[in-house]
Amino acid sequence: MRNKFLVGLYSDEDKMIDGVKAMRESHLEVYDVVSPFAVHGLDDALGLNESRLHITGFIYGFSGLAIALSFMTWSFTSDWPLNFGGKPHFSFPAFIPILFEFTVLSASIGMTLTFLLRSGLYPGRIRETLDERTTDDKFAVVFRISKKTTEEEIGKMKEMLQSSGAEEIKERELSRHY
Amino acid sequence: MHAESAVRAPLIYGNKNYHQITEDICRPIESKPTRLFMITITFTALLMTWGLFMIGWTVWFGIGEWGLNRTVDWGWDITNFVWWIGIGHAGTLISAILLLFRQKWRMAINRAAEAMTIFAVICAGLFPIFHMGRVWLIFYNLPYPNTRGPVWPNYNSPLMWDVFAISTYFTVSLLFWYTGLIPDLATVRDRAKKKLSKFIYGVLSFGWTGSAKHWQRHEALSLVLAGISTPLVLSVHTIVSFDFATSVIPGWHTTIFPPYFVAGAIFSGFAMVLTLMLVARKVMNLQEYITLEHIESMNKIIVLTGSIVGSAYITELFVAWYSGNIYEQYAFSNRALGPYWWAYWGMMTCNVISPQLFWVRSLRRSVWFTFFMSIIINCGMWFERFVIIVTSIHRDFLPSAWSYYTPTYVEISIFAGTVGLFLTAFMLFAKTMPVIAMAETKHILRISGDAQKKAAAAHAHSHNDLSGTTQGH
Repeated sequence: MRNKFLVGLYSDEDKMIDGVKAMRESHLEVYDVVSPFAVHGLDDALGLNESRLHITGFIYGFSGLAIALSFMTWSFTSDWPLNFGGKPHFSFPAFIPILFEFTVLSASIGMTLTFLLRSGLYPGRIRETLDERTTDDKFAVVFRISKKTTEEEIGKMKEMLQSSGAEEIKERELSRHY
Repeated sequence: MHAESAVRAPLIYGNKNYHQITEDICRPIESKPTRLFMITITFTALLMTWGLFMIGWTVWFGIGEWGLNRTVDWGWDITNFVWWIGIGHAGTLISAILLLFRQKWRMAINRAAEAMTIFAVICAGLFPIFHMGRVWLIFYNLPYPNTRGPVWPNYNSPLMWDVFAISTYFTVSLLFWYTGLIPDLATVRDRAKKKLSKFIYGVLSFGWTGSAKHWQRHEALSLVLAGISTPLVLSVHTIVSFDFATSVIPGWHTTIFPPYFVAGAIFSGFAMVLTLMLVARKVMNLQEYITLEHIESMNKIIVLTGSIVGSAYITELFVAWYSGNIYEQYAFSNRALGPYWWAYWGMMTCNVISPQLFWVRSLRRSVWFTFFMSIIINCGMWFERFVIIVTSIHRDFLPSAWSYYTPTYVEISIFAGTVGLFLTAFMLFAKTMPVIAMAETKHILRISGDAQKKAAAAHAHSHNDLSGTTQGH
């Protein structure tokens, strides 16, 4: 499905953030901001919820720990208890290095995959770009124009983009996730 | 807007703006390879091929092609393994630990150092793998349901811990490095003129756009990966040191090994980062990004870790004497005065005495001296591993088993081959990917850029005369 977007390009991230704040205060819904690097304070300006990625990291890590501990315990105490010089089968202190490594491994693989999945990133994903300069030095404020958006609203968007310092304003028609 | 003291030296020189950073960092990727590049990479690739051939030779004819004997059963192979793993540690330290400490100077060097980590771990991994002898049975190390019982690998063994530590370290380093690269690869993609390179960088950049929510998740991911990489990097060399420390060999059986190995690893890793980056900064014309401040900061870490290593050597000697254990005492006197005295004194000179020269500021800021020292330290740290491994075992408890070990040309070729592999991989990386983290450098430009700092200072000055003098460069 194709969608229409109104894009304002800024060169100065401070002007862009002030603009975004003003637009949200006057009840315009900013669809997205596309930037060449992570801009400080943008999350607050856009009113984004805090990412829950670190929580998933904890869950993956803890699951990894549980899997490693139960697997080592099961294989050494019940499946095939080998005698290593008369040492206890459940030799917990000696399990710690592997427990730690496996926890870290699970947390990092799980988190990275979650990040890629949630952001829709995968090798070979080709997205239409809003503007090729947004990965270089331009900051783009994006509005989505749906059928419900009135001409009056579009006019207000353009006006606010202009007044906050956008250097270029253009309409783009792209697939939904551009 | 965050501000930084005007006294603190800028990290980016020249009158840069965001676009100029993109231009400067993408230029080496977009320009044609130079003649010098082609000649060098041909040489390193030939070296790599020769090493790989010699690995094949070892697999075909067996470990008997190496100089190992019944007494000295760990020689160049494990020395090289520990050396390479140590070199890798700088990358993770720079990108993870310095991120947690909010050291902004890491940003010019973290990408290249992380790449170096990955290539160094690949080189390291080859040695224990091929030292196994029957390498086609390597999967015996993995805990999979097998038809031999199933007999599970021994989770109590430090060698098994190593399998987990090294593979985890490699995987996490790779993820950390690549997720950081994605936004920068997208920049290269959007600048690409040719269809083919646009396609390749398009595939590699996973469809990154730079959407606010993606950046937010990206930041969260980097922070957590840094947080868990920090104990990971410390654990990896700790576990490597357990390979020795949990044995009952005099000279190995010491509790000082984990911190001593970790400090040594960071020491050698920074030396290798300097060796590579001093060349890269010159060849790729990045002096405005990798400044003397960066070099000086790295040299300070070298003094710190070098001093830890030096103290550890002295502590070991003292404890050997103080233990009253004659085997322990002999192991250490034999190190310094026995048949391998040259390795011991090489190690002492390169690692203990020479890094102390970096207390002198002008030497810390001298590019040529730093380059020279980085080579010396790399040699010294190689000697250290050789001393620990070979001199501790070549004179056994039974004098009838005493022997001397020299490597054969096969072992020397494999080591040279890994150097070739490392350099080839690094050069390919430097030619095809942004060696400096572009997005992060742009992120700090307003705070740490030279022109931006001066402008901010001038601005503050005109508003408030109490702000003091501005110290620019």
